[in-house]
Amino acid sequence: MAKFKINVVAERCKSCGYCIKYCPKNVLEIGTEVNAKGYEYIVAARQDDCIGCLTCGRICPDGAIEIYKEGE
Amino acid sequence: MARTFMKGSEAVAEAAVRAGCRFFAGYPITPQNEVPEYFSRRLPEVGGTFIQGESEVASINMVYGAASAGVRAMTSSSSPGIALKSEGISYCASARIPMVYANFARGGPGVGSIQPAQMDYFEATKAAGNGGFQMIVLAPSTVQEAVDLTVKAFELADRDRNPVHLLADGVIATMMEPVELPEMMPEEKVAEIRESKKNWALVGHPLDYKNRAWIQPGQWITTKMQECNEEAAAMYESWKTKDVMVEEYKVDDAEIVMTAYGISGRIAKSSVDILRNKGIKVGLIRPITLNPFPTESFEKLDYSKVKAILDVEMSIPAQYATDVEAVVRKRCPVEKCLCSGGNVMSREAVLEAVMKIAGQEA
Amino acid sequence: MAELLYSRTKTIQEDKVSGFCPGCMHSTIMKLIGEVIDEMGIIDKTAAVLGIGCCGLQMDYMAYDNTTAPHGRACAVATGLKRANPDTIYYTYQGDGDLASIGLAETVSAANRGENFTVIFVNNGIYGMTGGQLAPTTLVGMKASTAPKGRIAEEHGYPMHVCEVLDKLTAPQYLVRTSCNNPGNILKTKQAIKKAFEYQIAGKGFSLVEIVTSCPTNWGLDSLKALDFLEENMLKEYPLGVIRDKG
Repeated sequence: MAKFKINVVAERCKSCGYCIKYCPKNVLEIGTEVNAKGYEYIVAARQDDCIGCLTCGRICPDGAIEIYKEGE
Repeated sequence: MARTFMKGSEAVAEAAVRAGCRFFAGYPITPQNEVPEYFSRRLPEVGGTFIQGESEVASINMVYGAASAGVRAMTSSSSPGIALKSEGISYCASARIPMVYANFARGGPGVGSIQPAQMDYFEATKAAGNGGFQMIVLAPSTVQEAVDLTVKAFELADRDRNPVHLLADGVIATMMEPVELPEMMPEEKVAEIRESKKNWALVGHPLDYKNRAWIQPGQWITTKMQECNEEAAAMYESWKTKDVMVEEYKVDDAEIVMTAYGISGRIAKSSVDILRNKGIKVGLIRPITLNPFPTESFEKLDYSKVKAILDVEMSIPAQYATDVEAVVRKRCPVEKCLCSGGNVMSREAVLEAVMKIAGQEA
Repeated sequence: MAELLYSRTKTIQEDKVSGFCPGCMHSTIMKLIGEVIDEMGIIDKTAAVLGIGCCGLQMDYMAYDNTTAPHGRACAVATGLKRANPDTIYYTYQGDGDLASIGLAETVSAANRGENFTVIFVNNGIYGMTGGQLAPTTLVGMKASTAPKGRIAEEHGYPMHVCEVLDKLTAPQYLVRTSCNNPGNILKTKQAIKKAFEYQIAGKGFSLVEIVTSCPTNWGLDSLKALDFLEENMLKEYPLGVIRDKG
């Protein structure tokens, strides 16, 4: 099964929580680190559960989430 | 030069087309209804666009758009209609959009009257919209001059990337006169002018953050806004040295100097020789550009000889007179011969006013 | 080597983070428009006419041609642009105050003339940038800074349904209402925008995409509660779907 990798562009995240709400696999959660604008940016806490559906990337208003597919 | 007999409104429209104007949006308002009417026939003949906007507000904004696409564009209206356009004009000035707009002024304030007047001088030269921007303001006194100044207006607009204002009046709009029309600008030249604006015009550019077209009528960052203001202020200042246009008629030995612009200027000029035949040494300073103001014409007067200056103006209270007073600085009295509300200046009144100053009975 | 499946559209300046509030869908829509024009290969032929309000904040983030129209006048500016320069794809980007309050005449008139450009209309039921005043689309009972006791029909009239109003006009080609509140609707919004642009390219006239969104800051809710309010109230007042599609 292909592996997927979430890359959070921390500075773009505004901690709105849309991605967490709509991720079917509960991969993401609000982090504890704060970006320059003072938002606790999200982290991919359960990276391995990601199925690469791209929902988080699409729902994110600010394009803070990049999704990669790693080799077979 | 094609010589023909035309109404002022239509002559201005034809001149614009011959100067490469390919977009006009306007709204009906007396006394300049023939402008949009003429454009509605003429522009399609040259592959141009005419739109009757749903309002003056919409019309100036359509011009904002067309000019942003690099097309020579124009609108026109009359006094209250011009007031409606003031925000759009201010946006054009702020975003440095080259366009031409004409005001065929009528009685005011409010709906005023539909007959000619000169009651928009302050608006045209001091506050055509918010923010203290300026424009070169051209004031024709004949249909021929209106034609020539329309062509000039488009050149100045493109030179400066700034709106240019043609301040005429209801007489110029509705009067018919023989007029020499300029040659038609060749299509290649029209296309060349449009092409020359491609780098800044809003026509789409390859994705490149720096070189995208970005026509902004304001700035979020205040220091940037001040930079724009400073740049514009320098341009306004430069006009004073190179763009003043004024007619001085028999001023050299004049003891009484009349000053008037537009149709009043023409009526005053026609009084000069009549008065000289009565032995009164009178002359005329007639600004063709109201901004930049012809300060030099007043500075070089010999105030030991000039008894008085007579402002001839179709505006009560007077407006242009205040700028004259500011320049004359009490070196001699500034008298006024005024009418307003749509009444056209009468030569008899001018003659009477001069003779009164000269101490002679009418 | 890792293959990039999704990242933010290059039509937004790489180094920029928008000033939109957390959860604001202006940001989402700016992304979607950029993705559409990128996928259609028309970035270099597209220009935006931004209204005044939160919708106008985009000007500093977009990487392609844009201008800002006076408040309410975007449809007139776009009319001038498109008529003078038909080869470029123009869209206006306006909020409910810009389009349906001060700009209603320009909007209705451009639609009635069937002007061949696309309107992206963001309906969040409130004035955002200026701090939450009553908008033509504010729901009855919804509080606003200028309707402290909430919108009262007898005093403030009823929420305006722009697509339905424009549907009374003969000329408009495509009028559709979508939202960006969930992944499914985001894809529908993207499809609607794409279709509108396709109609414009085909010269089929006026298209308007009304996108019902939330305004967490001025609704006084966090972004997730605002989503709930959007679904329970806004989408009931403004049902999603195609109002007109001449095909």
